[in-house]
Amino acid sequence: MSRQDVTPEEIVAITASRMLADHKVVFAGVGTPLLAAALARRRQAPHLTIVLEGGIIGTRLMPGHLPISTNEMSAAHGAEMLTDVTDIFLFAQRGFFDYGFLGAAQIDKFGNINTSVIGSYAQPRVRLPGSGGANDIISLCNEVLIATVHEPRRFVEKVDFITSPGYLTGEKSREAAGLIFGRVSVVITDLALMDFEPHSRRLRLCAVQRGASVEQVEAATGFELLMADEIGEIDPPSEDELDTYRLLRDGEAAVRRGRAS
Amino acid sequence: MDFRSVRWELEATDRRMLDKRMSATQAMELVHDGDHVAIGGTLYSRTPMALVFALLKTRRRHLTISRPLTCYEAELFYAAGMADRVITSWIGIGLKWGLPQIMRHYVETGQAVYEEWSHLGIGLRYKAGAMGVPFLPALTMLGSDIARTVELREVDCPYTGQRLAALPALNPDVALIHAHRSDIYGNVQVDGYRHMDVDMARAARRVIVSVEQIVSSDEIRALPTTTILPHFAVDAIVEAPFGAYPSECYGLYHADLRHFDEYVNLVKAKGPDGAREYIAEHVDQHDDFAGFLASLPPGTLDDLVAAAKRLAP
Repeated sequence: MSRQDVTPEEIVAITASRMLADHKVVFAGVGTPLLAAALARRRQAPHLTIVLEGGIIGTRLMPGHLPISTNEMSAAHGAEMLTDVTDIFLFAQRGFFDYGFLGAAQIDKFGNINTSVIGSYAQPRVRLPGSGGANDIISLCNEVLIATVHEPRRFVEKVDFITSPGYLTGEKSREAAGLIFGRVSVVITDLALMDFEPHSRRLRLCAVQRGASVEQVEAATGFELLMADEIGEIDPPSEDELDTYRLLRDGEAAVRRGRAS
Repeated sequence: MDFRSVRWELEATDRRMLDKRMSATQAMELVHDGDHVAIGGTLYSRTPMALVFALLKTRRRHLTISRPLTCYEAELFYAAGMADRVITSWIGIGLKWGLPQIMRHYVETGQAVYEEWSHLGIGLRYKAGAMGVPFLPALTMLGSDIARTVELREVDCPYTGQRLAALPALNPDVALIHAHRSDIYGNVQVDGYRHMDVDMARAARRVIVSVEQIVSSDEIRALPTTTILPHFAVDAIVEAPFGAYPSECYGLYHADLRHFDEYVNLVKAKGPDGAREYIAEHVDQHDDFAGFLASLPPGTLDDLVAAAKRLAP
């Protein structure tokens, strides 16, 4: 792979990794969130503590051995502490976890996420796997980052079902429901960076990825996006970011093979 | 069952320090039609598969199954016509295997229920059951639609007035757990992840534990910090080496991901009939779990042991 072949997933993960500051604690899911957190540790955040829902605190990803589930033993590589599943979420409820880091099958303009059903709950067209820990992460972590590929079928006006509550119906509705801690701060995609307008709590475009236009972002979004006063531009992945990311994902042998070809 | 009845029942139960060893088949006499059966481990980590297979063999009816994250065993219970309801936060094997087709079939056609709670929601339900209280307050699941589709009520804190989710105690009729070792009395030890096993077992009315190895009580006493359950909280001990296969058992053997591939290919091709074919071939055809293990391709278990040595922290 070369710089020209950067995939949307790589842009999402690398952009997201830049958001994680040193000395913080991040509760990551498997896949993109875990890779992005591992990348941050190799770059600007060497003291970032990665927490996984299997009960793992301080995991160190072995390059090329990305665990498929957060409950398998390879996910515990280099961990500082192993506790149980319930306990790890209670750390989150106490307020120890600076970042929660989620993907999204379906997300709406208030940052609500659906991973339960497409169609009605009683007679679903598609029954999806479910919340897992996502509902807890978005309810309990201090700040939540959502990272996903930008497609109209994902960014919908209203999710069919709120598995994981963002700002519910906007304004103060999240707090009114009893969710007084935590906030969804940003949504990171291969096209853009978005936050939530403080009053309405609606999704707002802040910056576009280099090479993407505002029109392109709007076309890939199934609802009207608010616009920040100034729309910035996000630097593309650097050579080092890409190399390190691919090393973590594929392992050293695979990266060496890629370079040789 | 109400938390008070669960307590009174426990007080009236024979809890003598007896040799509790039995076969998996004998242990299944503790499971009845209509029971709520909680399954330990999480996803494909330390799932008590020797006990799950023994239960599948009984074809008990109208079971409710609960687990933290549920793997393909939920689909086997649906397809065998044994479970009407699964209480969990997630069903699947992993993203690389796609959406779970059998679960989709049974739930989308209304033949079975997938009762979804959040991961912590399930955990606190077992914990309330383990603590002997009727509910635990928490700041999760609030405002979501999953809270509206289940029997989740809210309470106002008597001290601060804060609105809280009141997660109701879950006291399974039976808990099935797989562990690394125990003595004959049921002092059970685990290495690595504990998942939700401790709360699940302490909440349950009857507890069946399979172990890789039965050891002496002196060996248990040498490592008391790894004990997760004392003998008085356990009803049956089943010796079952590789009893979590195709799940992993921490430090001992890796999960057999190829076995999951085979299962998924089978159900992709044949739907629920594929899952029933899996049960016929791997469960019904063998006298016990050891027979199933012996039918695996030569070298399978050795490879998983070697992989665990590389992967274990």
